Parts: sequence; structure tokens; C-alpha cells
Amino acid sequence: MSAHADELMDYDQAVSLFEPVIGLETHVELGTNSKMFCSCPTEFGAEANTQICPVCVGLPGSMPVVNAVAVESTIRMGLALNCDIASWCRFARKNYFYPDMPKDYQISQYDEPLCTDGYLDVIVPTDDGPQVFRIEIERVHMEEDTGKLTHSGGDTGRIHGADYSLVDYNRAGIPLIEIVTKPIPGTGALAPVVARAYVAELRNLMRSLGVSDVRMEEGSLRCDVNVSLAKPGEPWGTRSETKNVNSLRSVERAVHSEIERQSALLTSGGRVVQETRHFHEDTGRSTSGRSKEQAEDYRYFPEPDLVPVAPSLEWIEQLRASLPEAPAAKRARLQESWGITDFEMQTLVNTDALDVIEETVAAGVEQSAARKWWMGEFARSAKEQGIELSQLRVRPADIVRVETLIREGALTDKMARQVFEGVLAGEGDVDSVIAQRGLVVVSDDASLLAAIDEALAAQPDVAEKIASGKVQAAGAIVGAVMKATQGQADAAKVRALLLEKLGVSE
Amino acid sequence: MADLMGNDLTRQSASTLADAISQGEVSAEEVTKAHLERIADVDPRVHAFLYVDSDDALAAARGVDAKRARGDQLGALAGVPLALKDVLTMKGVPTTCGSKILEGWRPPYDSHVVERLRANDIVILGKTNMDEFAMGSSTEHSAYGPTRNPWDLERIPGGSGGGSSAALAAFEAPLAIGTDTGGSIRQPAAVTGTVGVKPTYGGVSRYGLVALASSLDQAGPCARNVLDTALLHAAIAGHDPRDSTSINAAVPDVVGAALNGDVRGMRIGLVRELSGAGYQAGVELRFREAVELLEGLGAEVIEVSCPHFEYALGAYYLILPSEASSNLARFDGMRYGLRAGDDGSHSVEEVMAITREAGFGPEVKRRIMLGTYALSSGYYDAYYGQAQKVRTLITRDFDAAFAQVDVLISPTAPTTAFKIGEKVDDPIAMYLNDVATIPVNLAGNAAMSLPIGLAPEDGLPVGLQIIAPPMADDRLYRVGSAVESALVDTWGHLLIEEAPAL
Repeated sequence: MSAHADELMDYDQAVSLFEPVIGLETHVELGTNSKMFCSCPTEFGAEANTQICPVCVGLPGSMPVVNAVAVESTIRMGLALNCDIASWCRFARKNYFYPDMPKDYQISQYDEPLCTDGYLDVIVPTDDGPQVFRIEIERVHMEEDTGKLTHSGGDTGRIHGADYSLVDYNRAGIPLIEIVTKPIPGTGALAPVVARAYVAELRNLMRSLGVSDVRMEEGSLRCDVNVSLAKPGEPWGTRSETKNVNSLRSVERAVHSEIERQSALLTSGGRVVQETRHFHEDTGRSTSGRSKEQAEDYRYFPEPDLVPVAPSLEWIEQLRASLPEAPAAKRARLQESWGITDFEMQTLVNTDALDVIEETVAAGVEQSAARKWWMGEFARSAKEQGIELSQLRVRPADIVRVETLIREGALTDKMARQVFEGVLAGEGDVDSVIAQRGLVVVSDDASLLAAIDEALAAQPDVAEKIASGKVQAAGAIVGAVMKATQGQADAAKVRALLLEKLGVSE
Repeated sequence: MADLMGNDLTRQSASTLADAISQGEVSAEEVTKAHLERIADVDPRVHAFLYVDSDDALAAARGVDAKRARGDQLGALAGVPLALKDVLTMKGVPTTCGSKILEGWRPPYDSHVVERLRANDIVILGKTNMDEFAMGSSTEHSAYGPTRNPWDLERIPGGSGGGSSAALAAFEAPLAIGTDTGGSIRQPAAVTGTVGVKPTYGGVSRYGLVALASSLDQAGPCARNVLDTALLHAAIAGHDPRDSTSINAAVPDVVGAALNGDVRGMRIGLVRELSGAGYQAGVELRFREAVELLEGLGAEVIEVSCPHFEYALGAYYLILPSEASSNLARFDGMRYGLRAGDDGSHSVEEVMAITREAGFGPEVKRRIMLGTYALSSGYYDAYYGQAQKVRTLITRDFDAAFAQVDVLISPTAPTTAFKIGEKVDDPIAMYLNDVATIPVNLAGNAAMSLPIGLAPEDGLPVGLQIIAPPMADDRLYRVGSAVESALVDTWGHLLIEEAPAL
């Protein structure tokens, strides 16, 4: 609501004067088929108010029933975060009035979360090599999502000043888990990078557990970012909470700009107000929301419509035993098995390519080829389209097919690129793109020999060199033949024919 | 089997009517028509019903007759009419909870209780009056005007389920459904000379019961005699996965117990804290007589102490308003029911506030404010937290008592029916009506109220409360049936037969 731009201090100067303490609250939609407290479907993008029932609209008389899969997912997440799992805990009602809340209270967990006291190690690259930060987890708990409001009219896109607002309750009751860190001190200038790496690692973890596919572009992961500053050796300062930071890049930017804002405020004699701030994707800055100095009283109390959640020790141990390999362990294993450097591995992780590459290797493609394709053509294409690698039209099976064709001499590298260009553009699978684009390797001896003759005639000096035994010069002629055939010749075959013709051997 | 033709069908018990219908002596349609006519005749004076669903009731009755004609097996109460408290949802039928804020709302779904009634071919006549959102002990807090006690139209029929108890006592229906959060089935039964049972918490699904206080609310059966109550109890009880607090266990054999009333060898505890000061003389008198009757029937009656019952009322009036303040938050004018102030000049928060100001009555507002306060940060531990501790102590008192005895007894209510208007402006006096019934809700036990005579000083009915441990609801019927038979032997009829003609 304050429209004026805040003063910012240069980042390097800010972190030389102050030590940031950060904290993150992350809400993630679980990937269950049904909602948290009823059997309505959870599919994204359905027509408004078509995935609702008396329970998730909070009709009088309706009652919640806990989704057992959501409880299981939360426990698995807690175990993967090295948390203690409560043997008995309850849901609580968080009471506040808002039109996106069908019951005007949210069923959440308050002082009895399902998972407590865990940690997650994250690695960030620094000038001195990779550095590990242990992020302590305070709690992981379950709750239900609210409905979605759309405000029409007005210029703020907010409920105040809108001509009218529409509510879609399809989202109401979607299961969420909230993961809350303890305050994270000691990250210094790396605070924004650590925050980003933490959220990325959480996302990797959830995907590897299969508890959520974390579609960030659909808003299924939302972060609240807490930042405070203190002079070295002094007590922690007042924190601000920046709400609804919904991408990895935004998490980093939100911490960065908040450090710049608070340091400017503090050095000019101001004080940081405990408040909620709104992050703006376009500017990368935040503006002040409601002040928390008069904190809202949510009047939490145990949800009387639900019985306590009491997972048995056997069940917990069974879930622990069936946890998949942790992302960090998996990275270490793959790095060793592929023989790649820290830097190369970090690049794969940053590009979000690890899973697809692993999948491609598992499908039978050599790791270097898998890395080449995903980190090259495909990463470029995904970046251009603003989507994730896993959303590209190309699948590991396509790479298997192309690599096989290359090996068999039916495709050249250049043609392979054209094939994938077609696949990415939605022209069909590998074989149909080849058929439609007429990508056939020229391999009949007569036409290749004709092209070789032509190339030799054009470069007689090279021909002489080869004939005198300098086989490494053959590349120039092979290149000329490839050029003449628009890349459709089988390079290995050209080379063999050439050497045979000139009567030399490798 | 008596020939019912020529007799007044509305004076019969539910089991008699069900037998006659299944034998083909009378059609379900005739039975329903007789009750609809009775309602048309007396309800303008009694005001037990908020909504009479004549067409659907007659259609349901004809459905039962068609089933019988086909030779289908009929349930134990098939074709018998019933009055449904207006706090339970019934698809397409207005459900107001006695409040203006829900005026005009027609729920799109049936409550579990209604599903079970339909499955048992019970004919639902309509929705009965109640204190707004079940907050009250007199039905005077209904936004649609009070219900009158058929024994004396100047007096209250109890509350919150006064519409259901009055419908039974006025012979407008032989069966009724009530809900009991602190006594709303038992106290109306006591003051109208009818029978009402609050089943064990979790015994009857709350799905579709518009919540007052979720941890206390329980729907239950009401009738004019013990067997009918048991038959209705059996029809509506049992596990429902849509209510997490519903008990997944076999329903106690309440019908068998009602058919075999026998207290010989039973140990019965008289709760010392639930009599004496504050109890009307005639109530005490009839209660002492009931104790002697039980002893005469072969029970051993001993006095037991439940020292923490003293704090029950205080704890209840913290827990109930706390839960109610949250349960009633959803009535905000956004999705259904009343919306006030939506004239383009008010914000959404203001529309919510104006709607709630216009839609809720004073007692509802009082309790929402009490509950909001009790749950507030800084007060929670001292109020809600302490009340929950008291609740645990009361449960322990019951446990200790039931280690010594099979059931506990007390008067149901401290007084007979009071005059309309007498206590409506004195909340504490009103709350004290439930002093004997509230401990049961706090602990989740089962309890019955049964008529045991008229108080000599005012000629009005007195109720005996019988309390059983959780999931021992059958004991209520065993004891209740024995007492009822002995009294009928003495009087030659049920007490309700002495109610004046309307």
C-alpha cells in the first residue's frame, strides 16, 4: 500500500555491515488424488467450482475426514528431513474471516505438528568450492488450502478497491504441507543463494519421494521468506515476512532485496517494522502489507471434528525403510559413476537436468551423450519456452532411438539435431520426424564415391598428403563431403571409402 | 392386535402403528394423513413445527404401502411418522436451525440420520422448532417464535429440542429426532412427559447435523415410550465413515434391552451432587419415589459422589461457546442463507459483520462473544485449557462411579416446565436447567430421560435421568423399561395419557 520506492543499500556494502538471519516457511500442495478432508478430485485447471462438495465448501452439517495418503506423505517428508514423527498429534482450527475460507477457519496444525526437529543439508558453490549449510527444520505439518479469489476492477488486483471478486473453491481443501525452518544465521553474503538452494533441495526431495510433483508454475509451492539483520555480535534484529514468493529465482531475489532495504533503513536511523510484505515478480522488490505489530489472533484450538492422528511405530519404521535414496546421496553416487566434476554436477543440478539425465542413462544411453543432449539443445529449448526440462516433448526413449540410429549409421549428428528439432516442435516421434523430413543418410557407395572424387579434385594437395600416409588430413575431405551432402552422409563410411580409394590404412 | 380402525391413529405408539401397517390393518398413507390433520389442528397453538413437508411425507407413506403390496420386507418402524429437529439437513427441505441467518437455505444433501430414517421407511413429517442453533433450554430463543408445552400452553416445552418434545406430547408424531449438546433431548423430554435418549457420543453419526459444539453434540431418539425410543435408536445408530468421531463398533442391543426390562441384581448409583439444593420439591419427591421403586424391583441403589460435577456447568459454558464461536463463523453471508448490507457501499468484511448482526439472535451473539474471548491468545489456558482439564476430571468421576455401579440416576432437570418469559432475560437461570444433564455430554456417556410422575405442586411432568457408561446404551433401556412397566402397572397407562386435551 505504500507506493513509494524504498531506499536500498548496495548489496556488498549491506552484507559487510550486517549479518542476515533468514527463515523460510514453504507450503507445498501434496500430489494426492483427493482433497485433505473429502474425496473431491485435486486436478489443476478444472472449470471453477466443479470440484467441490458439502465438505470442502463448508456447508452447515458437513464434516472433515482425514486423507490417509496425505498423512503418509507428510510422515515420509518428515522422515526424509530427519524429523521426529509424533506418535499422537491433533489438527487445530485457525480462525479468521475471509471469503476464500469456506468455514471461516482453516484446519491446520498448531502446537502439535506431525513432524518436528529435522534438518536438510544444502550445498552452494562458492569461490572456495562447494560449501554445505545445514538448514534446521522446526516443523512439518499438514493443512488445507483455501479457495482462490479473483478480483475484478480496481487497479491493485487486491480485494480492496475491486468492483467484485469471484471465488473458486476447487482449491479449497487441497492438502498442503508446511515446512518451517528454524532461523538460519551464519550465511552472510550467501543468504540469498542458500535460501534458493534450500527451496530447490526441498523440491528435489519432494519429487524424489513422489509426494508432490511441485509444479511451481501452477503455484503448488509458495514460500514466505523471513529476513532480519544484525550487526556482528549483536542480538538478532526485527524480521519482516515476505509472502507468496513462488519461484526459486524470486526466493533469491526476495532475500537479496530485503537485505538491501533493511540495511538502508537501519543505517539511516530507521527501524525495521515487523510486518508482512508482498513480493513483486516484475520489479524483484517488495512492498509493505499489513503490519504485524497488532498481531492477528487466530484463536487456535484442537479441531473437535477430527480424532487425533496417531501413527504406529511399526508404520513409521515401515515408511522409513521404504524411503528412496536421498537426492544428495543420489548426486554423490551419480557423480562418481559418471566421473564428472563438482562443477559439472552443480551445473546439472542448477539446470534441473539430473533426473531426466539419470532416466535417459537408465534407458540405455551413454551418460556423456545423455548429458550432451539435455544440457545442450534441450536446455536451450526449455529456456526459450520458459518451461522445465521435464515438460519438453522429448522423452528419454527418443534419445535412445536417435543414439541407436547414429550408431547404426542411419543418422549423422547434424541430422540427429534436426530430428530433435522436429520432436521438440511437436512434429511427432523420432521415426515420424525422420520420415516427414526425409532425413536419410547418404550411404550408397556410388554417390559417396562421386562426392569424394569431387572433393579430392578440389583439394589435390590434401589428397597427396593422405596418399603419403598422413591420414589425419582425411578430415578435411570428409568434411567437404559432409558439406556437399548437407550432412546426410555417413561420415564413418566416407572416411573408410576415402582411405580405401587412396590405398592407405588407419 | 387391537383393531385400529375407528381409533385415533395419533394416540398409538410407533410399534403399534408399524405392526398395524405391516399387517395391512391400516395404510401408511392413512397414518400419515391422520398426523398431518392433527398438526393442522393443534400446531397453530403449539408451534412445534417450522416446516411441514406434507407432499413428501405422503409420497414416502405411499411408497411404504407400495412396498408392502409387493410383499417386500418392511422395517420395524416402516410407515411411522416422525418429527425431525430443524438442525439436521434434509435434501431440498429448508433447514434453519431456528435462525434467521439460514432462512431460505435448502441443503443439497441428506444428513446421515435422515439417510437412515429413509432407509428404514420412516416417514418424515417436517422440521421442528428449536432454540436458535440449539442454544437454550426453552425454545424461546427460536427466531421463529416459541413452541408451547402441550401440558400447559403458557409454559415452555424445554429446549433446545422443544419442537420435537412438544410434537410428541401433542400427539402430532409418535417419533421424533432431537440433538443433545447439554441436555437438549433429555430436558425437553422431562418437561413434556416423554422419553428421550442421548446416545453415547459417536453412537449416531453427526454428518449433516449443523454443529453447535462438535465435541458435545449428539443426535438421538425421542418417543412417548421406551420401546419406541429403542426402535428409533436402533434405526439411526451405527458407524459412519463420514464422521471421524463415529464409533466403529456394534450398536448395543437397545431393542432387546427395552423388551426385557429387569433391574434385579443391578447396582444403581444415586449421584449425590445432582439433587438437593436448587431442585424443586415435587421433582425431589418423584425422584425419591423412583429410587424406592427401583429398590422394590430388585436393584441395589447406593449413593455415589462425583465431586467435580460442581465445575461442570462452568467448564461447559467455556467449551461450548468456544467451539460454537468457530462452528458458527461460516454463517457470513458469502455462500448461503442471509446476506445483509450488500448494497455496493460496504466492504466484504462489513457485509459479513452486517449479515451476522442482522441474522443472529441475542443468545447466539452472547455465546459467540464468550467463545471468542475464551479462545483468545492470553486467555486460552485460563479458560478453554482449564475447562478441558475439568472435563477430564468429570470423566474420571464417571469412571470411578461406574466401577461401583451399572448405571447412575438423578432428576433430569431441577424444575418442571417454567412459564414462557420467566427466565428468558436471565441467562444464568436458564443455564442452570441443564446442571444435571451437562456432565454426561462432557464425558460422552449415554443417558435417558423417562417420565416418573407429576409434581404435586404444579401437576407437571418430572423426568428421571438414567446414565450409562459409553457404549452401554442398552442399560438405559433395561432400567427405563423396568421403571416404565412398573409405573404403567400402577397408573394403568403412560403418563402422557394424562396430558390435557388440546
